[in-house]
Amino acid sequence: MPLQPPDLAKVLVIMPAWNEERSLGSTIAELRALHPDLEVLVVDDGSIDNTSLVARRAGATVCRLPYNLGVGGAMRAGYRYAQRNGFTRAVQVDADGQHDPGYILALLEALGDANIVVGARFAGEGDYQVSGPRRWAMWLLARTLSRLASTRLTDVTSGFRAADLRAIAVFARHYPAEYLGDTLESLVIALRSGCSVGQVPVQMRTRLHGQASQTSLRATLYLLRAVMALLLALVRKWPLPVEPPANPTAQSAEARHTEPPGHIGPEQSM
Amino acid sequence: MSANYALGLLGAATTFVVVFEMLRRRRLREKYAVLWIVIALGTIVLALAPGLLTWVSRVVGVTVPSNLLFFGASMFLLFVSVQHSYEIGRLEERTQTLAEELGLLQLELNQTRRPSSEADE
Repeated sequence: MPLQPPDLAKVLVIMPAWNEERSLGSTIAELRALHPDLEVLVVDDGSIDNTSLVARRAGATVCRLPYNLGVGGAMRAGYRYAQRNGFTRAVQVDADGQHDPGYILALLEALGDANIVVGARFAGEGDYQVSGPRRWAMWLLARTLSRLASTRLTDVTSGFRAADLRAIAVFARHYPAEYLGDTLESLVIALRSGCSVGQVPVQMRTRLHGQASQTSLRATLYLLRAVMALLLALVRKWPLPVEPPANPTAQSAEARHTEPPGHIGPEQSM
Repeated sequence: MSANYALGLLGAATTFVVVFEMLRRRRLREKYAVLWIVIALGTIVLALAPGLLTWVSRVVGVTVPSNLLFFGASMFLLFVSVQHSYEIGRLEERTQTLAEELGLLQLELNQTRRPSSEADE
């Protein structure tokens, strides 16, 4: 059962990108070919290549950060944008093309049952394989998170996910800054803030460019970092501000899409 | 004891000069300067009255007085390092928030200046 187009008008795709000029263009193009109504926000995390330009040409809204903050900072900026511009749902998609935009509707539909929906590997779909310590780490983390969420989660490190209004409010405030474990840690934060988490099976594609970290040393470091992040996230407090979810003075997403170019005055001299 | 005396005074004098010069050049804020000046004053007191350290050691039960001094000094430096780590973490969090806000403001500004740019595509 596909969603109606008006629903998609209030959905924001958040795509953090750091020096992704090679794969970003085709990723956005594919996404927009499938869902032309969807607003794509590329958060350019201080790239030194043409990421911003490529994104703008591909038709995305671009938020350019003054220097590299890491994926956490880019995500938080994206969720703040969603919150302030009246979006009711947000989908995180990687710029490297490993997330198939064909699953976006499935993620959004599943938001009815949970505040956050993770596009998960190992859930029956696809043939993604990992081995060695990395596999152990992912299994252990998935088991732990499943218990916390009281639902079966098979892939807690997936960066492909959808968030509803409540989860947007949480992530606009708290999104872990540290690389490694940011996906996992953010899930724990969301759970501790009273959000529910669900999952939809997806098949990930191989990256267009770049390599995933697969060595066992990295996997071990990842596990240590993830366990620490998990424990810290469990004992920390995650207060939410009492500010209204949407800034009344900010234009809503719909208003901005339909707004005619009202003032065509003289060009501002630079 | 004259060596201890000279070293203590020299250390204190150096601290005073460096702190004063940094303050004068606005490289150091008063609240941090106070800390180091208090330390320098303490050093002078200990250098002028070495019996004080011996007396305190005896009261606390430390056999070698200099051990007490080293222990105190290292604990103090540890405290200062932890305090600085905390400050750096807080500053990082603040600059990150500022960078995010700057990016979003820039975006909003661009959208206000060129409201039709997205419709051109």
